[in-house]
This record gives sequence, structure tokens and C-alpha cells, in this order.
Amino acid sequence: MNQRDEWNGFQGRLWREEVNTRDFIQCNYTPYDGDESFLEKPTEATNKLWEILQNLQKEERKKGGVLDMDTDVVSTLISHRPGYISEEHKDLEQVVGLQTDKPLKRAFMPFGGIKMAEQSCQTYGYKPSPELHKIFTEYHRTHNQAVFDAYTPEMKQARHVKIITGLPDTYGRGRIVGDYRRVALYGIDFLIQEKKRDLSCCGHGIMTDDVIRQREELAMQIQSLKDMKLMAESYGFDISNPAQSAKEAVQWLYFGYLAAIKTQNGAAMSVGRISTFLDIYIQRDLDNGILTEQEAQELVDHMVMKFRMVKFARIPSYNELFSGDPVWATLDIAGIGQDGRHMVTKTCFRFLHTLENMGPSPEPNLTVLYSSRLPEAFKKYAAHISIETSSIQYENDDVMRPVWGDDYAVCCCVSATQTGKEMQFFGARANLAKCLLYAINGGIDERYKEQVAPAYAPIISEYLDYDEVMEKYDAMMDWLAELYVNTLNLIQYMHDKYYYESAEMALIDTDVRRTFATGIAGFSHVVDSLSAIRYAKVKVIRDDTGLAVDYETEGDFPRYGNDDDRADDIAVWLLKTFMGKLRKFHTYRESEPTTSILTITSNVVYGKATGALPDGRPAGEPLSPGANPSYGAEQNGLLASLNSVAKLPYEYALDGISNTQTIHPDAIGHNKAERVENLVNVLDGYFNQGAHHLNVNIFGIDKLKDAMEHPEKPEYANFTIRVSGYAVKFIDLTKEQQLDVIARSCHENV
Amino acid sequence: MLSHVPVMRMYSTDSPLLGAVHSTESFGAVDGPGVRFLIFFQGCPMRCQFCHNPDTWQLPNDPQNPITSHDTGTDNLSPQIPKYANDGKYSSCSYISYTPQELYSLAKRYRSYWKNGGGITVSGGEPLLQIDFLTEFFRLAKSEQVHTALDTSGHPFTRQQPFWGKFEQLMKYTDLILLDLKHIDPKCHQKLTGHSNENILDLAQHLSEIGKPIWIRHVLVPGINDSLEYLSGLDHFVSSLKNVERLEILPYHTHGVPKWKALGIPYPLEDIKPPTKEQLTLANQQLHTDSYTGYQKLL
Repeated sequence: MNQRDEWNGFQGRLWREEVNTRDFIQCNYTPYDGDESFLEKPTEATNKLWEILQNLQKEERKKGGVLDMDTDVVSTLISHRPGYISEEHKDLEQVVGLQTDKPLKRAFMPFGGIKMAEQSCQTYGYKPSPELHKIFTEYHRTHNQAVFDAYTPEMKQARHVKIITGLPDTYGRGRIVGDYRRVALYGIDFLIQEKKRDLSCCGHGIMTDDVIRQREELAMQIQSLKDMKLMAESYGFDISNPAQSAKEAVQWLYFGYLAAIKTQNGAAMSVGRISTFLDIYIQRDLDNGILTEQEAQELVDHMVMKFRMVKFARIPSYNELFSGDPVWATLDIAGIGQDGRHMVTKTCFRFLHTLENMGPSPEPNLTVLYSSRLPEAFKKYAAHISIETSSIQYENDDVMRPVWGDDYAVCCCVSATQTGKEMQFFGARANLAKCLLYAINGGIDERYKEQVAPAYAPIISEYLDYDEVMEKYDAMMDWLAELYVNTLNLIQYMHDKYYYESAEMALIDTDVRRTFATGIAGFSHVVDSLSAIRYAKVKVIRDDTGLAVDYETEGDFPRYGNDDDRADDIAVWLLKTFMGKLRKFHTYRESEPTTSILTITSNVVYGKATGALPDGRPAGEPLSPGANPSYGAEQNGLLASLNSVAKLPYEYALDGISNTQTIHPDAIGHNKAERVENLVNVLDGYFNQGAHHLNVNIFGIDKLKDAMEHPEKPEYANFTIRVSGYAVKFIDLTKEQQLDVIARSCHENV
Repeated sequence: MLSHVPVMRMYSTDSPLLGAVHSTESFGAVDGPGVRFLIFFQGCPMRCQFCHNPDTWQLPNDPQNPITSHDTGTDNLSPQIPKYANDGKYSSCSYISYTPQELYSLAKRYRSYWKNGGGITVSGGEPLLQIDFLTEFFRLAKSEQVHTALDTSGHPFTRQQPFWGKFEQLMKYTDLILLDLKHIDPKCHQKLTGHSNENILDLAQHLSEIGKPIWIRHVLVPGINDSLEYLSGLDHFVSSLKNVERLEILPYHTHGVPKWKALGIPYPLEDIKPPTKEQLTLANQQLHTDSYTGYQKLL
């Protein structure tokens, strides 16, 4: 059995012989049932650094959203000199390492697409290097170039009319969570040794293309591991060996994550499930008397400060989709282990406490892996943090654990992935609301007036007949599912070829499980439209070319979001049906298809491109976000709405079902203690029914309106809200999205 | 509404026991302990000048407005959608009738949220106007240990039969009463609500005698019931009761005004503004609201 000094005091056997972080955690963590009274305030160093960082953020906002940018250095693990929050105060930083040589300076990342990298520079008044332009157009292809070379005309058209949108074809696909904890537990040398062994075992049979590809990928992974050592060395650390202390564990782990964000600009660059892992190191040092609680909190605060600084250079059309500069540095806490012990540790409290020590913040995207069986004191503390900051989200560990085990992490906004065992092919979403309009119009796009889908027979009757619509919708979804999967196959192939995530994959098992994550947009509108067609009378309004452009609905109909099975059954049918269609097609690299009902803030952009719908939503209006019921549909209050969403079977949407709800503080209890208690009651009641996800906002519409009108007020500088799938500073949203957030239901007193 | 195939039922003695419900709300967290399902009954004898639900006033057994049943033809009982769901217009008397079992089945859909003392609160309108229905409804709830709260103005209360006997029955199945005391002075009460408060104070005393927990709520209307004289009178009365678990001051608000306008009723408190924070703090001090802590036993 391997014995190392760095592991003194740790229990267990399996993890010593081979890479097995989960086993290490299960053998060594200390569940904590107490309350938050042990937590410490920020240290002077934390306050100082946070003040400097906040000033930088203010400056960044003043400069139009970008503080500084690289234009002539391609970001790699070793491209930059070490950077600090402040050169003057760098000794205060307990955790070091920045993406570039300066804080909040955005790196130049051309491998996803040189055009986008250059455009993002130009947007903010920077001049990209002509030399790099030449290299990445004449000498080296990019992911973006390759994808567009290979796209079929049909794929380009589907993308153009936005029936498929948000495709990762101009930047990194993201959503891969390296097991960054491995760097701390094993040190880089052991990880290299294991990957070298894998390489030596790979290809003893016939040199088929998958074997050749894997050998090349392993070689790239080993190179990345070596470069990680050099990167750490530039900051004065040798990460060849395991971390010896809590401080080193935090630093080593962060270097692993830093390697990812220096090399990839994926939409989502998640941190993973690190709190219970780090707690083992912190607890060991506390027990040995070499760390105080204040120092422990300082380590966590400083690490979180780094996660709050992650930035990528983006283009305006990207910002319209994903508003407010999110990076989905998702960080998960709590959960329950397979053996039935909860996994709440003091460090789960410490991570939540960062929102008190340094105020609300969208990043890291703090996610509570929830179960009604978590300790009451922890549930109450999380609810308290929600009420105070609206910065955290909840995901149901009781539905995810049976599928992903007890060491999964959230790799984007809400999607689970097995840490170190799995990668995901992220694939944006298909607009099922538009697809319904194609079914009615025989494949002609209602906004662009182009024949996009096959010219199936359109519906020509004055009133829509439910059976006829369903038959045509079914055929149109077949077309869309096939095109969508094929488009994604092509994108993922090119991404592997031109923008392979060698640093992240170096921290994942060689025999990796792959999921193929599709998504659905316009969900609630399809459900309500089909319900209208079935339970009311829907008259078609056609333009002079005969194209259906609007609908008049006579009579009432049940709407999704009222706990009414007549509408909710349609919702369940829709999810199961589309998922069933996706499963029929070949998915790249034997990946397992999944789907999601989450739209992030792209519901606004999707809505703009979508015509009027039979549910009464006018053309161009935002679609409802994620799995949320439509605007104004919820007529029976919060719990009726939650019950509707809870009916969607997670097993059919393993990539996640996002739900965002806003509750007025006065409506959830008279005082703080009652609000906390009642929020826990709501969470327990919702998740015990098998629901997957909930974003909780606790504020009134008045506050949003005031913040929109007076963004300069100091109290709004860090005013954070949950939107579909992430958190964002409200004042960083576009005006359109601010109005959209305000238009959504706020559950107030009756 | 949901009644895409409406079934008309007359409110006659031959019919099964039916309740007239104005609307329901799946999430209440300030009308009783924990998370609660709220039911607003149709019909109220009071005409409080600050009422924020004037659309619940009209009595349901008006022959001009027969009670319509929702469609019970589906397997699952679906919640109702309020009548002003789509057109934004208010109707002076529009409600759905339920049997006690139907209403209880609807409420029970939210049982998973009712930990820590949560349950059902009936409000209105005035629920005591439909006491037979209410008693049967609460009996069903208590048969499954669901917490029941009655939010009442107290107006129908009397020690006369047959109400007295029915009320005794109802109390068997009622865990908590939320009693609105709108004004301590009988004459002012008459002016503010259209009725005297004598039997309402009598109800409070009766509930104190039988030890039934109550939360007393007082809507603070500046210039009407917030004077030192009235508040100390109220303080004196409330502190004489033995069963008060909570005393709450609810700030008068104007959210109901659009409903008055929509119904074409002149709004009598047009010039009155909601109380300031200072006025509320002062009233809380004068009523010693902090000293009623019985409700905290559940937290």
C-alpha cells in the first residue's frame, strides 16, 4: 500500500493505489450537523483584497464591461507571467494565480475561432494582432472554420433562422469538469505516471482511428500535466507531489482549475464538488493545531475571490444569449453519500459564508445538492443565505444520486456529470415552439418566410384540429431531432480535433463516459399551445401568401403551471416524445443522449426569432425561460406552479430541468426565522416530489425597477439575482433582459 | 375557466353540501403557521372601508347568481383558475362550488409542503357564513391530522342557536383562529365596517374561555384606528385574553383599490395613506405585540 508523508492521518486503501478521489472522500470526511455559529468574519487581508477587486470591477463596468485585453499573446498554460490581484499586496493573497498577467484582463483564445477572438477585441476598442490573424487563418485552422466548412446548407439555414441556437461552433463547448482535486491529492507526477501507463496500454491491437485518436489525446494530456507544473512553478510552487496542508490543497486544486480556464473559453467552466474534499484537509490542520478557523475561512474566501474573477472575451451576440458575463464556475456543496451519511461539512458552510463575508455574487455559481434529509441546521443556513443574497441554487440530490452516484458535480448551470469519470458534449437547444409553427406552416419559417424544413403539407383549415396538429408536429419533430443531432455530431467532432480540452481531460479517467447534451427551448409555450388547440378553439390568421402568422383563441384552456394534469400531462408527453426521437440517432463517440429544459437567458433571443403562438404569446416576445410556466399562466400561486414542474420526469431530462421562482420577502413569512423555516418547507415539499432544480429569488419587483432606474446606487453594485440556470448582477443585464425579468411572476401576498 | 363543460347546480336543499369558493392560493406563509393552502370563501356581511377583497362580498345564495360547479368529469381534481385570469376584469360575484371532499382533495395536493405546522387556512369573504360546509371540510382535514386555521371577522358569531351548536362542532376541528379586530370602539367599528363589534369581542372572550389558540390581527389605518386612545383600549382588551398566541399589526395598504374601481364602488378611504414605519413601530410598542410569543412554539 502506498504511504506518503503528505497523507498522514488519512484513512482508506483503494485511493492510495490508484486515482480514486471519491474513495478518499468517503473514507475521510467528517459530517457536520451543527449550525453556522462557528463561522468567522473576513480577515483584514480579505477585506483589503476584496476592496481592491471591487474597485477593479467598478472600473471594468465604467469601461463598458472589459477592463483590459490581450491582443497578441495566445493563451496557454505557460503564456503569461504570474499575475496578482495587486502587485503591491500580493503577499496578502492566500491563493494565487490569474488567467493572464493582470486581474480581470481577458485572454486571447483563438482556437475556438479566430473571428470571434478578433471581434471581441474590436468590440471593446482593441486591435488584434495581424500576425496572429495570419497564423490562425493561413497556417492553422480553428474549430469555427472547420465546423463551417463541414456544415450542410440545411444546418446553416437552421442556425440562421434560429430553430437551433446557441451552438458551440465559435468558441469552446465547455461543460467539462476536470477532477481538479486530483492535483491536490496525488500531485502531478503520479497523475503523469498513471496517464503514461494508460498510453502504454492503448493500442495493442489494430491501429483503428479511435485508438490512434486516443493515443494522441493521451499524449496531449501528459503534455498539459507537465505544463501545469511549469505554470505553478512560475508562482513559486512545486505541484509534483501531493499537497501537505490545507493551504496547499486549496492552491493545488486551484491550479488545476486555472489550467482549464487558461486554455478553454467554454460557456460553462465549472469548478466541481470540492467543499467536502477540502474540508478533510482543513479539518486535519485544525485538529493538528496548525490552522485556525479564521485562517480556514480566509483560504475559502480567497479561493472564492479567484472564482469571482474568471473572465472570457466575448462578442455582443454571445452576450445577448448569455447576459451578464457568466462563466458558470459552478461549485457544489452538500449532498448525501451512497452509504446514507450526509456530506455536509463545515466547509460547505464556509463556502456559503463567503456570500456574507464578501457580499452577494453571481460567481461561483453556488449549488446546494439538496435533500430533505440534509441536516436541518444546514438547510436553514442555506435558506438564510438565499433570503439574504438570492445568489444560490438548489438541485435535488435524491434524483441525481441514483443516476450519477455521490461524486457528481454540476458542469454548467444545472447539468450533472460524474467527476473525473465523464465528459459532456454540450449542444445548446432546439426551439420546439418554432417547430410547432413549422408543423402548421409546412416547414416554412414564420419570421424569415423561407422553406427551412421539408415541405410537408401545411394545415389549411380555419380552426386547428388537435389530432391533425399532433400528427404533423410529430413528423416535424422527427426532422428537427435528426438535423439537431447531426449538427451536434459535426460540431463535437471538430471540437475534439481543433480545440481538444487536454488540461481538463488529463484530470479525467482515460476510459471516459460521454454524454450528448441536447436541450429544449419554448417548452411551456408548446404545452399551452397544444392545450389551447385541444381544450379551446384556435383560429388561424394567415397573411396573403397563406402563411399562418397569428392565432385567435376562443375560450379558456388549462395552462402548464397550475398543477392541472390536463396541461401538465402534455408537458410530460412533450419531454418524453422529443427525448425518444433524439435517442433514435447515432451520437458521436458512442455518447449517451440526454436533454435539458433550460434556456439560460437565451429565452429572449429565441423569442425574438419566434412567431406568434396559439397560446396567445405574441410574435417576438421572450419565451418563458427553462421549464418555467409561461408569463401570466400561473394563476394558483407558487406551489401549484412548482407542482407542475415537479411532474416532469428527471429520467427523461438528465441534462436538467431549470426552474426559477421569485418570492416577495413579505409573502414568505413575517420575520427572518419564519422566512427561513418556510423556505425550507417549500424546498422539502418540492424536492420530495422528485423535482430537479430551483433557483430562488427573494425580493420584490419594486427593488428590480428601482435598480433598473438607478443602477448607480451603491446598494445595487452587487445586487445579484438568479436567472434561468445562473446568477447575475442585475445591473449587468441588458435592458431587454431586465424588463423580461421584471415581467415574470413574482409571488406576492394575496 | 376550467369548466370548459360547465355544470350548473342550483344551491338548494336537495343538493349535496356545497361551498362557494371565490378563489384559492397554493402558497400562503403569513396566514397561520408554516406553509398553507388558502381558501377564500365567497360572501361577507361586513363592508370594511379598507377591504382589499370587495369582490368576495356578495353572498353566494343570491338567486341571480346560481353556484356553478367546476367540471368534475376528469379523473384528477384540478385547481380552479380565478375568473379574472385572462381579461383582467373583476366580477362582483363569481365563484366555484365544491363539495368538502373535492375541496380537500384540491388542498391535499400541497401536503408535501406542510411540515412544521403548515396546513389549511380558510379566509374570505367570511367563512362562518358557510359553517356547515366548513365544519365538514375541517373534519376531513383533521381526520388526516392536517392543521386547520380559520381567518374570520367574527361577525356571524352569536350565542344563539342554531349557530352556537354548529360553532361548538366547528371548534372540534379547528386548531387556530385568526381573528380580525378592526376597531376597539363599537361606534367607530360600526362606521368602519358597517357593524358593531360587540359579538366579535364576545367571540374573542369565548375562545379565551375554551382555550382555543388565536392570532389577533389589526389592520392599522392612519387617522381611523391608530390613536393612542384606541390602541390602549385594544391593548387592554387583548391582554385580558388568555389564548392569544400572536398579535399582529397589518399595515393598511391600497392594493385593493383597483378592485373597488373595477366593481364601480366608490372607495371611502381615498385620502388615507398607508402607515409609515414610525407609525407601525409605535403601534407595535403600544400593543406590546412582542409579548405574544405562543406562535413560536412551532419554530
